[in-house]
Amino acid sequence: MSTARATFTERWRQLPDVVQRLALPALVLLLAILYPWYFGGLPGAFPAVETAVIMLIFTVMALGLNVVVGYAGLLDLGYVAFYAAGAYVAAWLASVQFEQVTFHLGSIGIVDTLPGIHISIWIVLVAAALFTTIVGVLIGLPTLRLRGDYLAIVTLGFGEIVPQVVRNGDDFGGFDLTHGTFGISPIDSIGFGNTLNDTLGLPASYQTSTNRAELFYLTALALLLFTVFCSVRLRDSRLGRAWIAIREDETAAAAMGVPLMRTKTWSYATGAFFGGLAGAFYAVFKSGAFPSDFFFNFSIFILCMVILGGMGSVWGVIVGGLVLSYLDREGLAKVGSFASDVLNRPIDVPKYAFGVYGAIIVAMMLFRPAGMIPEKRHRLEIDEGVESAAVASAEQGGDGRRGDG
Amino acid sequence: MLALWLLINLVKDPTEFFSVAVIGLTNGSVYALIALGYTLVYGILQLINFAHGDVFSLGGLLSATVILDAFDLTAASSAVAIVIGVAVSLLIAVAFSSALNTTVELVGYRRLRNAPRLAPLITAVGMSFILQNVGLYFWGPNYTSTDNLIPNSAAFSIGGVDFQWDNLVVILLTMPLLLALTWLVTSTRQGKAMRATSQDPEAAAMMGINVNRTISFTFALAGGLAGAAGLLYVLQFTTIRFDQGFQLGLIAFTAAVLGGIGNLAGAVLGAVIIGLIEAFNEGLEWHAAGSDWTRSIVFGLLIAILVFRPEGLLGERTPEGA
Repeated sequence: MSTARATFTERWRQLPDVVQRLALPALVLLLAILYPWYFGGLPGAFPAVETAVIMLIFTVMALGLNVVVGYAGLLDLGYVAFYAAGAYVAAWLASVQFEQVTFHLGSIGIVDTLPGIHISIWIVLVAAALFTTIVGVLIGLPTLRLRGDYLAIVTLGFGEIVPQVVRNGDDFGGFDLTHGTFGISPIDSIGFGNTLNDTLGLPASYQTSTNRAELFYLTALALLLFTVFCSVRLRDSRLGRAWIAIREDETAAAAMGVPLMRTKTWSYATGAFFGGLAGAFYAVFKSGAFPSDFFFNFSIFILCMVILGGMGSVWGVIVGGLVLSYLDREGLAKVGSFASDVLNRPIDVPKYAFGVYGAIIVAMMLFRPAGMIPEKRHRLEIDEGVESAAVASAEQGGDGRRGDG
Repeated sequence: MLALWLLINLVKDPTEFFSVAVIGLTNGSVYALIALGYTLVYGILQLINFAHGDVFSLGGLLSATVILDAFDLTAASSAVAIVIGVAVSLLIAVAFSSALNTTVELVGYRRLRNAPRLAPLITAVGMSFILQNVGLYFWGPNYTSTDNLIPNSAAFSIGGVDFQWDNLVVILLTMPLLLALTWLVTSTRQGKAMRATSQDPEAAAMMGINVNRTISFTFALAGGLAGAAGLLYVLQFTTIRFDQGFQLGLIAFTAAVLGGIGNLAGAVLGAVIIGLIEAFNEGLEWHAAGSDWTRSIVFGLLIAILVFRPEGLLGERTPEGA
């Protein structure tokens, strides 16, 4: 047995470097892509495909927030504002909300005479992300001069104001912008239309397809991969290193010639971009933008994912996002029913969901501040102390630039 | 613009204007008690204690329970019973909330005193959610309601403006607390230790001040004020729920920032201004935005202060900026 393992290890070492490095990610990716097809054979604790879609979307948001909180070290307590902005752009551009006009551009599954703006969802997703980016810049420009905790409060303020505007926005001088507490629903379906369906076999419309969940799952996975790619590339870019420099020591970074305001605004804009993208996609998935989704709690929920995984660590945040959104959608209910069976009395665990998240936040901060899977640079600091030679030598060796965290 | 709007409202219906102002003043004094807690803690640790609002709501919930279950007070109870019952529940709420706030500091923040600034802040948010769920567990998701113990009939009236008993009691209970606090911070040894620690903890420690004990004392003091505010809130509004503390805490925090955080008089001034703004917005007839927009106005104000005058109304501009 031990010799067999030894030969395997030896063989493995002889494989080219690229294979060694990419084997594990490729395997994870393959398992992720095929999930809807082997999910039926797994035990009941695994999430349903519908849940998995939401998990992926929330993880995209967590990665977006990670750019702001993890990379640049700016605490954003109002991330829900970006989610709301993205969702409402999707609702404005692809529903009957603005019935005063009739505008169609590449929309699918609806008659041409239906009033309202109906633009192809693919374009809408991009538009929502860009609009939210602009919102992020507009919020950031006046506020990013503020010191850390004041900035947190200002973002929290925006996170409270945006949902309230959304809830009350059904009568701006008689103009119905957000349809108030009812929200805007339904949003047009995402899909490729009949022409592409006939020629390439791409699905015409997700919502009416028999494989609805699978289609959304694969698209969400593609979004997540795009986000991960951007996160990793940005982290290793000039901009990303400037963010991390600001996080570690703002004064020193400024002295080294990092333009503080511009760099911080970029991190805000990037975080907002992914928040808007994910928000719009989630609204399309649910076929509606509902103000009851936009509460302060949601910002903390996403923040908790980042903290649990490890601030700044892309892989950590992915794990944190998947774990927490699973707990939120299915896990806590399952834990609850399991505990109720064992203890023989009803325990409503999901009711205390935010108590659980709060406890996670506090426990992580006290006992493992760098997260479950710490960012490599961060881990070095925590272990050795900031001034230690280990960090300096690791960074000289290029480790800081090509970390895996 | 704002002054003009207030003036027009004043001219159109002076009685209504002043009645609303009395309500604003009452709410403002409850906010002041909470805002002082934020300011005390911020002054000494430079930490925004997000859990403070939830200490307030737990204090309020507990005092409501004491009023309901231990004393079984209703509007029909005799005046003596009400006075005794309210006094005892005030003591219990204050003691409980100070103990709770001190525990929060001991468990959550003490270990993080030398950590990066964001660590205790994030912990405070987590603590707030834990405390909310403690409230949810023990008091459930519904409002806990008491009878209207203090009659909202007029105690006296000046020029047609009624001063109701319940508003009067709240203001009369708040004033001595504020005076006692000012005296404590400015004139006692313990207050001197607090001020020294907030200026420079290390130097204070070298002068023989027990920094840990001073910080614990500050948290106890802040918690006690929050507990008192909880009871007053119950007396004034007769209902309280586990998740109200967070919102009120944010409003009170806005008040503290408006007045200049770390500044005791500023917190009170800010709280009264916020209370008045809220009451005017919700109570006036002529062109007020209404309660749907109160939160947006308060938080919009918060953002505007932080951006344009981060040191607040009474705060001093510091070289490192706020």
